[in-house]
Amino acid sequence: MKFSEQWLREWVSPALTTQQLADQVTMAGLEVDGIEPVAAAFTGVVVAEVTELAPHPDADKLSVCQVNDGVERLQVVCGAPNVAQGQKIAFARVGAVLPAEDPKGFRIKKAKLRGVESRGMICSASELGLDQETSAGILVLPDDAPVGDDVRDYLTLDDSTIEVDLTPNRGDCLSIQGMAREVGVLNRLPVAPPPLDPVEARHDETFPVRIEAEAGCPRYLGRVIRNVDVTAPTPLWMVERLRRGGVRSIDPVVDVTNYVMLELGQPLHAFDRDNLHDAIVVRHARHQEPLTLLDGQKVALSEDTLVIADARGPLAIAGVMGGEHSGVHQGTRDIFLEAAHFSPLAIAGQARHYGLHTDASHRFERGVDPQRVREAAERATALLVEITGGQPGPLTEAVAGEADHDQAEVLLRRGRLDQALDKVLAEDEVSEILQRLGITVSSVAQGWQARVPSWRFDIAIEEDLIEEIARIHGYNQLPSRPPRARLGPRPDNEATHPLASLRRRMVSRGYFEAVTYSFVAPELQTTLLPDAVSPALANPISNDLSVMRASLFPGLIRALQHNLNRQQPRVRLFETGLVFRGPLDDLEQVPMLGALVCGKRDPEGWHGDNAPVDFFDLKGDLESLMELGEGARAWSFVAAEHPSLHPGQSARVLHQGQPVGWIGKLHPAVRAQLGLKVDALLFEVELEALSQGRIPAFKPLSRFPEVRRDLAFLVDAEKPVQDLLDILEQEAGEWLVDAHLFDVYQGQGVPEGRKSIALGLTWQHPSRTLNDEEINQLVESIVMASRNTLGAELRT
Amino acid sequence: MDHLPTLVSEARAAIQAADNMTALEDLRVRYLGKKGEITALLKGLGQLPAEERPAAGERINQAKQALTAELDERKQALEKAALEARLGEETLDVTLPGRGEAGGGLHPVTRTLERIEGLFTHVGYDVAVGPEIEDDYHNFEALNIPAHHPARGMADTFYFDASRLLRTHTSPVQVRTMKSGEPPIRIVCPGRVYRSDSDLTHTPMFHQVEGLLVDEDVRFSDLKGTIQDFLHAFFERDDLAVRFRPSYFPFTEPSAEVDIACVMCDGDGCRVCSQSGWLEVMGCGMVHPEVFRHSGIDSERYTGFAFGMGAERLAMLRYGVNDLRLFFDNDLRFLQQFA
Repeated sequence: MKFSEQWLREWVSPALTTQQLADQVTMAGLEVDGIEPVAAAFTGVVVAEVTELAPHPDADKLSVCQVNDGVERLQVVCGAPNVAQGQKIAFARVGAVLPAEDPKGFRIKKAKLRGVESRGMICSASELGLDQETSAGILVLPDDAPVGDDVRDYLTLDDSTIEVDLTPNRGDCLSIQGMAREVGVLNRLPVAPPPLDPVEARHDETFPVRIEAEAGCPRYLGRVIRNVDVTAPTPLWMVERLRRGGVRSIDPVVDVTNYVMLELGQPLHAFDRDNLHDAIVVRHARHQEPLTLLDGQKVALSEDTLVIADARGPLAIAGVMGGEHSGVHQGTRDIFLEAAHFSPLAIAGQARHYGLHTDASHRFERGVDPQRVREAAERATALLVEITGGQPGPLTEAVAGEADHDQAEVLLRRGRLDQALDKVLAEDEVSEILQRLGITVSSVAQGWQARVPSWRFDIAIEEDLIEEIARIHGYNQLPSRPPRARLGPRPDNEATHPLASLRRRMVSRGYFEAVTYSFVAPELQTTLLPDAVSPALANPISNDLSVMRASLFPGLIRALQHNLNRQQPRVRLFETGLVFRGPLDDLEQVPMLGALVCGKRDPEGWHGDNAPVDFFDLKGDLESLMELGEGARAWSFVAAEHPSLHPGQSARVLHQGQPVGWIGKLHPAVRAQLGLKVDALLFEVELEALSQGRIPAFKPLSRFPEVRRDLAFLVDAEKPVQDLLDILEQEAGEWLVDAHLFDVYQGQGVPEGRKSIALGLTWQHPSRTLNDEEINQLVESIVMASRNTLGAELRT
Repeated sequence: MDHLPTLVSEARAAIQAADNMTALEDLRVRYLGKKGEITALLKGLGQLPAEERPAAGERINQAKQALTAELDERKQALEKAALEARLGEETLDVTLPGRGEAGGGLHPVTRTLERIEGLFTHVGYDVAVGPEIEDDYHNFEALNIPAHHPARGMADTFYFDASRLLRTHTSPVQVRTMKSGEPPIRIVCPGRVYRSDSDLTHTPMFHQVEGLLVDEDVRFSDLKGTIQDFLHAFFERDDLAVRFRPSYFPFTEPSAEVDIACVMCDGDGCRVCSQSGWLEVMGCGMVHPEVFRHSGIDSERYTGFAFGMGAERLAMLRYGVNDLRLFFDNDLRFLQQFA
C-alpha cells in the first residue's frame, strides 16, 4: 500500500515528522517499507502563462513564446509540439535549478537558440522529476492555476510517498481511510473524512440487479450515470494522488473508481450502460463459460468463480476484473456504476486461478468493509458528476438474505488477558484501547464483551483482542522473563551417535562441508543415475533446479566443477542431507552422508611423494566413520556395478548385510561426459546406519602370553581377500585376538594368475598359556579350509 | 721403576691425543690391561727389596689411579663431543610446515545451526527434524493457513502436485511433534526450507531454525525473555538492543517481528540496515489456538510460543558475509574461511 502523506494528513495530521509517523505505524504493526519524496528537488519553477506564440524564424520544430510569470513578460524558445497560446505551464526562470544526474542539479541560464534569445524554460513532467518516462511534451497545468505561484506549492510536491508493507490480516488499512483510522487510534486524534453525502438523482433510470450467489455477494449497489464525458481531463490533483499511490491515470471514469478505492478502500467498477442487457445477475459461472477480460486475456471460467453477468453472459469476474466488451471506452455515453460487497471466501484464490492479481482482488480477498459500500458509491458519483458532467440516477441496492451479520461478538476474559500479557492493565485502559479501535465494549462478569467493527475482518477470537491490546499498549512496554521449566536429565541414547560427530570426523580428515540445492538438473541426474526416480517440481525456478536429488552425487559433482573451474586442484567435500527416492506416492526421504575427493592424497607439501587419491584413501575415510559407530564387523563392501562408477573400482556398502550406500571411482565415460579432466571418487551412505554406535563392553585383560603366526597364501588373483578373511573368522577359534593383512603381492615368485596374501594372526587365552599343538591344529584347519573352499595354498 | 714418571707423562699425552673411543680403549689396555705396562710394574713389585715395596707400590697405584681418572675424563669428553656432533647432524628447520592433513571445515550454515541448537538444547530443548517434501495439511492447513488464504502468498511455494510441496518453513515439524507428544514440549527444528524466489537476497533453498515451547502458563513475557536471552547469547552482547514489532503469522497470535540494533553500525544507520539502525532477525508469537486444535492440544489448559529465524541471515550478520548466494556455491575459498 503506497499513498501520499499529504492526502493522509488531510484526514488526520498528528504533530509528527514524516519519519516519526513512519516509525509510529511501523511499531504498531504496519511496517513502512519506504519513504520517497514525490518529486525530485528543484527550485525556481513557477506557474506561468503562454501569452503569445510564434514560429521560430530559423527552426521548424521550435516556437518562440511570450510568457507571463507573474512578474514580467519573457521570451522563451520551446521545442515541445504541444505548447499553445493561453496555456498555463510550469516555467523555470533563469537561475532555476532542475533535477539532473549531477547532484548539484541543472541550472537554467539565459541562452540563444538558433539566434533567438530565450530566458527560461517551459518544463515537461519528466524534467521536473514527476514522471519516470520521458514525456512527449510540456506539462500543461489547469487553466485556473494561479500565475506566479511556485509549482512545488501548487502541485503540493513537498510531499512523500509512504509505502506500507501490510500483513494479510490488515486489509482494513488498504486505503487512506484505513491508514487514517489507525493513525487516529495511535495519536488519539479524530479522523476527518471527505464529504460522503448522497448525491441527488437527476433522472430516474435504474438498472435491475439480481443476486443469485447470496453468500458471495451480500450487497450490490448500482446507479446509472448518463451523459458522461469520457474525454474530459482528469484533474491534475487527482492524477497526482493516483500517481503517488502507484496508479496510472487512464480516463476520468477509471480514475475516479481508482481514486475512491485508494481513498475509502472500496473497489468499484463502471460498465458501459449500452452494453448491458436486461438485468445484472450476480451468480457463479457456468462450466467453461468464456469471457474476455479488460487486459485482453480470454478465459474459460470455472464453476466456483463468481461473475457479474447479464442476459448474454458474464460481464466481469466479480471483485477481480471487468470484461473487455462491457467496459467503458472512448465512445461511452452512459455508465452503470457498481459498488458491491463480495465476501473474502468468494474471491479468495480466484484471481490467482486465472493468473491475475488486481487491486480489487487484493482488497476483497482480505475483506472490504461491508457497511461502507454506499458511502463509496456516493463519493464516486459526486466526483464523476464534477469531472465528467454526468447525470446520476437513483442509487439502487440489492441485498442478499441477511446482509448485516458482519460484526463479530468476542468475549475477552480478564484472567486470560492478564496471563497472556503477564501484566495487569487497568480496566479503563483496556476499554479505552478497544474503543479507540472502534470496538464496542460492554463490561461483563468475566471481563469484556466486544463487538468488532465491520472493517476488522481479522478479529474473531479472544486472542485477536489480546493482540490488539498488546499492540496498542506497546509490545515493548510488556514484561519479559525467562520461562520456568522443571529441570531434570533427559533420556540420552549413548549407542546412537550424533550427526555432529560424524561431521567432525569428516572435517578432521580434511573434508569441507558443502551445502548443495536439494533440486538438481534432470540431465545431470540422468547422466549419473539413469534409472533414478525422484519427484519433479511442478513449478521449478529453472530447469537446472527442477528435479529432487535421488543421490548426493549430482550436487557434489556440481560443487567439484565449480571449484575445478577456479583452479582448485585438490577438492575434498562432504554433504549431509535428504535424498528423495521413488515416485511421489511411494517416496522415501532418506538422510545420507556423501563425500567426494579428487587430487592428491595429501595437501601439496615439501616432503616425499604425494600420489593421487585412490579407492583405498576414500575407503579409509569411510571406514573411519564406521569406526566411530559399530566398527568394521557391522559393515561390508561388495564389488558391484553402479552406472556412474568405474566397474572395477566400485562397491556396494552393506550394513548388517543390508545395502545402505555406494563407494567408487567416477566412471571414466561419465567423467568424460561431464567434461571433467580429473578423476574423482565418491561415496554416499545412509546416515541412519552410520549413526548406530555401540556401548563399549569390557573384556578382562589376559596375563598370558600371545602367540603369533604369520601365514602367506597363494590364491587366484581375482578372488576377494574378504573370502579368506571369512574363513579365518570361522576356523581360527575363539582365542584369536587379532588378525591383520600385512602384504598383498603379485609378480616375481608368484605364479601367473595368483596372488600372495600375508596374514599376521595372534592368539591369546584369557586364563592359561596356549601350547604349540593347539595353535598348530588351528593353523592346520585354516589351511585346510582355505584349500578346500578357495583353492588357496600355503606359501612356504 | 725409575721410568714411571716418563711412562705416566707419555700415557697422559697419548690419552689426550686419543680422538675416538677405540683409540682410548687401546690405551687403557696398553697401560692398565692385564698385560698393560702399569700392571706389569705392579707385578714386578715382588722383585724389589721388602723395604722399598710399600713406597714403590704406593707410587704405582697413584699413577694407576691418575691414568684411570684421565681415561674416564677423556671418555666423557669424547662421548659428549660425539653426542653434540649427532645432535648437530639431526638439526631440522623447524619452520618447515608439518606433515599430513590440515583438516577441513564445517559449512558456516551448519556452524550457525549447531550454535543455535546448542544454546537451546543446553537449557532443555530437544532437536526435532522432519520431511522436506510435505503435504498441504502439515505445511499450511494445520498451521491455520487454509486454501486460498492470502497468507499463502507470503511464501511462494514449490509444488509437486495439488497437495504435495516442498516445505516453506520448518513449522510442519512443530505440528508433527505436537501431534505425537504431550506438553511440556520444548523443541528446536533446524532444517532446509524452500521458496520459489531467486534474486540477490533470496535463494530458492535456505535454512531455518524454529523453536516451540508449550506448557501450562506460558506467557508473552516468556517469549520475550527467551528471544532476548537467545539474541544476547548468539551475538555475545548483553547490551544488544532488541525490540518487538507487532506482525502477523497465521499460526501465532499475538505475533511479532524481532529487530535488533544493527550489529554492523551499532544502530547508527548503514547500508546493511538501510539506514534504519535496526535489523529484522526473526518472527515469533504465541501459538494460535487453531494450531493447538489441529494438534489435539487443549488451548485452555496449555499455551505456548513459537519463533523462527533464517540461519543464513544470522550467519551473514555474525560473520560479515555480504552475499547470500555464496552459501550455496561451495567455493573452497569461501568454505576455508569458516574452518
